[in-house]
Amino acid sequence: MDKHIVSPNPHIHAPVSTRSLMLDVIIALCPAVVVSFLFYGWSEVMIMAVSIVSCVLLEWAITKWMLKAPSTVGDLSAVVTAILLAMNLPPVTPWWVVVIGAAVAIAVAKMSFGGIGQNIFNPAITGRVFLLLSFPAIMTDWTLPQGFINPHLDAFSGATLLGQVNILGAAQADKLVGLQTLWHNIGGSAGEISAIALLAGWLYLVVRKVIRPWITLSIFATVAVIAAIFHLADPESFTGPLFNLLTGGVILGACFMATDYVTSPMSNLGGVIFGFGIGLIVMMIRYFGSYPEGMSFAILIMNMAVPLLNMAFHQRKFGRK
Amino acid sequence: MSKITFKIGGVHPDDSKLSRGCAIEVLPLPETVYVSMAQHLGAPAKPIVAVGDKVKAGQLIAEAGGFISAVVHSPVSGTVKAIAPRADLAGRPVMHVEIAVEGDEWADGIDLSDTLVTEIPDDRAAMLKKIQDCGVVGLGGATFPTHVKLNPAPGSVAECLILNGAECEPYLTSDFRILLERTKEIIVGAAIMQKVLGGCRTVIAIEENKPEAIKAVSDALKELPYKIEVLPLKKKYPQGGEKQLIAAVMGREVGSGALPISVGAVVQNVATSLAVYEAVQKNKPLLTNVLTVTGDCLPVEKQHNYLFRIGVPLSFIAEYAGGIPEGAAKLISGGPMMGRAIANLDATTVKGSSSILYLSEAATKRNAQTACIRCGRCSQACPMGLEPHLLYRLYEAGDYDGLEANAVQDCIECGCCLYSCPAYVPLLDQIRQAKGAVLGIIRARAAAAKAAAEAAKSNESKNQ
Repeated sequence: MDKHIVSPNPHIHAPVSTRSLMLDVIIALCPAVVVSFLFYGWSEVMIMAVSIVSCVLLEWAITKWMLKAPSTVGDLSAVVTAILLAMNLPPVTPWWVVVIGAAVAIAVAKMSFGGIGQNIFNPAITGRVFLLLSFPAIMTDWTLPQGFINPHLDAFSGATLLGQVNILGAAQADKLVGLQTLWHNIGGSAGEISAIALLAGWLYLVVRKVIRPWITLSIFATVAVIAAIFHLADPESFTGPLFNLLTGGVILGACFMATDYVTSPMSNLGGVIFGFGIGLIVMMIRYFGSYPEGMSFAILIMNMAVPLLNMAFHQRKFGRK
Repeated sequence: MSKITFKIGGVHPDDSKLSRGCAIEVLPLPETVYVSMAQHLGAPAKPIVAVGDKVKAGQLIAEAGGFISAVVHSPVSGTVKAIAPRADLAGRPVMHVEIAVEGDEWADGIDLSDTLVTEIPDDRAAMLKKIQDCGVVGLGGATFPTHVKLNPAPGSVAECLILNGAECEPYLTSDFRILLERTKEIIVGAAIMQKVLGGCRTVIAIEENKPEAIKAVSDALKELPYKIEVLPLKKKYPQGGEKQLIAAVMGREVGSGALPISVGAVVQNVATSLAVYEAVQKNKPLLTNVLTVTGDCLPVEKQHNYLFRIGVPLSFIAEYAGGIPEGAAKLISGGPMMGRAIANLDATTVKGSSSILYLSEAATKRNAQTACIRCGRCSQACPMGLEPHLLYRLYEAGDYDGLEANAVQDCIECGCCLYSCPAYVPLLDQIRQAKGAVLGIIRARAAAAKAAAEAAKSNESKNQ
């Protein structure tokens, strides 16, 4: 008998692990990554490679030499952070800037708080915002690199749609967004190209029950409603709902960054409020702030509210009001 | 596709009902049986036989040890060899009556024929007494004495009797087999309980991964004169949990610490229904049950559903079925979600024994614990709506007020949290400890309040 295990129930386990969940996120990001490679070519491939290698090596080195703990790179969370960081950078970002971004994301935002599960801020966004504040020129250099396929290089090569608002005015900028923007939206970071590719990945995660849809839907709804209200009141000054949903980092942020397990609320209601906060802040920054885009700031600010949302909102318990 | 199920939480493990095709076989008798005195919820039974006594199968050998307790009968004929403590499943000493088997002679008055008796007596009190005298207990896992459950306290009314045929635990097939092979007896048993409870709505609830059982029951119901429904349920674990089953069937939630009757529900397992039938219609005490020998490392041709006499050692059954398979890493009594690991295979079978389950290392291995990633999967899986990750952290922090406020005492220990955790955090292991501690605190507080009230009362009377 002594060769048999005696331990408490449950005696079986679901086929799920941190690694399998992270792998699902990576699979979900693949369509958008492939699209970014097609449109931005070797330049984007290089950024992605540098980001992944830097993030993974850094986490490995920190656990081995600084924390003297078992390596956690096998859980693939560093790879997810790396892909998201790369997708948040302009397609011509120099390699050393990518490395600095990776260092801030992994060393500062993630590992210094205790590694996976402990960080307050989304690591990839923290890395990006650090770069935006430190290297504003590089981080807004929207020169288009040579892609593998020839995209429409007509109206607005070299600047993001959001950047056009101040130049063309809201009413003109609004006209630049149409159904083709859903498929590809040239100008901006890799993660801003294809709404369809991002949404397909998000849908994969929702169907596989890797994430719940409420945070994302709440952000979309908030952005759409606020944009609709302002746009109806004054179409000359404020861009409309479709423009605000399809441009900039709203889709990437709502689908893949705001839904990060560690830095989002646990309860559904908390998630909806979290999403509302992000939607509200991003629209206020876009309409009234000095930056053309505010998705990163919106997520980081709401990350700070997560502990409070977790304390305030709990799921309904069985047999209790 | 049935949409009827409970609403909060739940998981979907592969049902692995490998032994579903194995018809029930009668297990032969061993040379010696060991009848446990603690095979029901509540006070242990008290032996009323002495060493050297000759007993017959079905003869009373132990009386109830309290209000919540049950009598025990000899499962065999033979001689009482010893009345002594013996190690149970977990290796703890429990009083057993050891009987050397001699032939198979039954006590008088027991109808051993398999003629179906469909006519139900009119005397409800007499039926209840018969159920009590035959030692019938709930066979779904909790082994709560059935006569107590069927006799609600004055003022509470049974609105719905639910026959639990969910068998939501993977691997187990004993309920499925009796639903197929003893269909009509189970239905008559249900009708008896329905009558005892005063004729309430009666539902036989079966998960839809057992379509043959659903068909067998609905066909049989057409031939019988009772007002009983069969209700297919969507497959979801832990649907066979009492509170979850009531929520699924009636849409009502039993409150924290409350009994099912508080929402008008009485739940009985289908195997219990069979025992009730045998007790009332055949005068046959509860001394047999059906047990599944199964596992992922056991070839299907070596799997069995056995009709066994209660008191046969597990090791005898394992040996008879061909021995412990090579690849078995863990032996379990019960299902893989809520069953108990067998530390002592020489332990005896009890009324509630439902399986010997052999799991391979691949099926049962727990990976090393890694950091919680706050994914919330445990909270989504919890059928009680608790937040296991939070309870785990509160317990680590020693915050018992926080644990009570977050309802750790409501935990049903179904295992959904740990089953779903991608980081293999030992959630249930710790929550079980936390629950025990908090229940202790709640009991102590209640006792202190009672003592204070009595002290105040006696002071008052002194002052007068």
